[in-house]
Amino acid sequence: MSAAELVIETRGLTKKFGNYAAVKNIDLSVPHGSVFGFLGPNGSGKTTTIRMLLGLASPTSGEARVLGASIPRENSSVLPRVGALVEGPGFYPYLSGADNLKRLDSADRYAPSRTRGARVADALERVGLSAAASKKVKAYSLGMKQRLGIANALLTPRELLILDEPTNGLDPQGTREVRTLVRSLAAQGTTIFVSSHLLAEIEQICTHAGVMSAGDLVAQGTLDELRQVGRPRVRLTSPDIRLAAAVLEKFGMTVQPPVGEEQADVIAVFGDASAEPDALVAALVKAKVRVRGFTVESPSLEDRFVSLTGEGFNVDH
Amino acid sequence: MTTDLVRARPASGLALLGSELSVLFRRKRTWAMLAALAAVPILIAIAVRVTHAGSAGAGPAFLDRIENNGLFVVFVALGVCVPVFLPLTVGVVAGDTIAGEASNGTLRYLLIAPAGRIRLLAVKYVGAAVFSLAATLVVCIAGALIGFALFPAGSVTLLSGDTVSIAGALGRSLLIALFATLSLMGLSAIGLFLSTLTDVPVGAMAATIILTVTSEVLDQLPQLDWIHPWLFSHYWLGFGDFLRDPISWTVFGQNAALQAGYLIVFGALAYGRFAAKDILS
Repeated sequence: MSAAELVIETRGLTKKFGNYAAVKNIDLSVPHGSVFGFLGPNGSGKTTTIRMLLGLASPTSGEARVLGASIPRENSSVLPRVGALVEGPGFYPYLSGADNLKRLDSADRYAPSRTRGARVADALERVGLSAAASKKVKAYSLGMKQRLGIANALLTPRELLILDEPTNGLDPQGTREVRTLVRSLAAQGTTIFVSSHLLAEIEQICTHAGVMSAGDLVAQGTLDELRQVGRPRVRLTSPDIRLAAAVLEKFGMTVQPPVGEEQADVIAVFGDASAEPDALVAALVKAKVRVRGFTVESPSLEDRFVSLTGEGFNVDH
Repeated sequence: MTTDLVRARPASGLALLGSELSVLFRRKRTWAMLAALAAVPILIAIAVRVTHAGSAGAGPAFLDRIENNGLFVVFVALGVCVPVFLPLTVGVVAGDTIAGEASNGTLRYLLIAPAGRIRLLAVKYVGAAVFSLAATLVVCIAGALIGFALFPAGSVTLLSGDTVSIAGALGRSLLIALFATLSLMGLSAIGLFLSTLTDVPVGAMAATIILTVTSEVLDQLPQLDWIHPWLFSHYWLGFGDFLRDPISWTVFGQNAALQAGYLIVFGALAYGRFAAKDILS
């Protein structure tokens, strides 16, 4: 992949607040035309990274390039080509939705004032807020504010969209609409960098993903590349689980987690020298294991995500 | 690609200033403050009209002249507003400039638009300056209207004993309003700087107003007379020169130099603080 194809590229990007490193030495590569899922639990450094990509915060060390230009040095020429939703929407509660968008649009010197009204109406239409355009934002629900935040990112044609938790506060219908919107924007050639702490929300729309954990970028690549890192496994349902586990281990498989008492399933991960699934079943039956179910599963992205970031609710620091 | 077309022609950036003023003057708070300022000359005029009070030497300057000439309501009201009410309202607007955007969450969206940090500071400062002008003009206009409504109008005898026509006196009121606006430019710069230090607008407003009171108190202490010419409130009540003939511009010049000094120092501090600040709001 040549550097010219990368829309976002960071080298050793680091941000420290005092002694605490929120982002540690990350090398992000977001290819042109991709929908890049930026995953990680709360507090893993996603928003801090996005702030650095948008020139809101300066890196402690390392560098960030967006659309081929250095950030924050070339903010003024790069940012008009980038639409963003960062850390939730932010609006003037005493202005209407449309007036809020006009206000923010007027800050962009490259956004023609002649077409401002039409572009604002168009952006509101795309997020389904036309009916609430003249309503004051203080009367908006959280989901409506979120939609208005997305509309703000769409005020001018963008080459890159950075959406930080875009489905936050949206109902399932709104979440689906955001996915559809992202797909249609991606189809028009916009590169989309979308962060989320919920893999399921964006797994269906991403072509690439990066996973953050406690400030480190622990994995990145296409979805297939990320899936392939894990090994396939079998799930076996049987009343004779101890016996089954012993047979599977003999064939070079690792039983995970170890078999306990009240368990109906054995899950075993294939090793390098493991036998083919059909040979396994034959061996199990021969050993008088009563096989009631036998499935070979590819590791899901969810498993990979959890194995990279941990399962707990604790915010890692 | 359409974005290339858009990028080819950057506008002057005046749209942001227009937007800033429109947002400022569409806020109910702005109109509430202007209404409170307009109430000052109205209350003064009504009080004088009802009580016929105002013996020479008691109360604010020129109070005793109101009954003979309604235009003096303007001068009395400015004398009352300049040390207290005008700095209060300008402190609110100037303290809100950056911190208010930060607390709304709009600061990050303005900066990624991108507004440009220096341009945003400049626009915010001009907004505070325009509010200062609007505020002093409101006091003058409300004073003149209520004065002419309740009291006789006529030519005005100046402090120097000369007499000027109503038109001449109105012109001098306008000069005084400009002088009062100029007097608030240093305060606006201080408010702008304090506003870059915090995400809590009320904190910046309170700090700005506390500094104003401190400056005015220090200006009253004869033991500290060496510091007086450096206090940003020192010339605030120096508009008596506009009520003499010929007009003396000495105090005006000194005040302009002082306010420009405050603008340069606090403008530079605001820039230094804001240009490299991590926006985490």
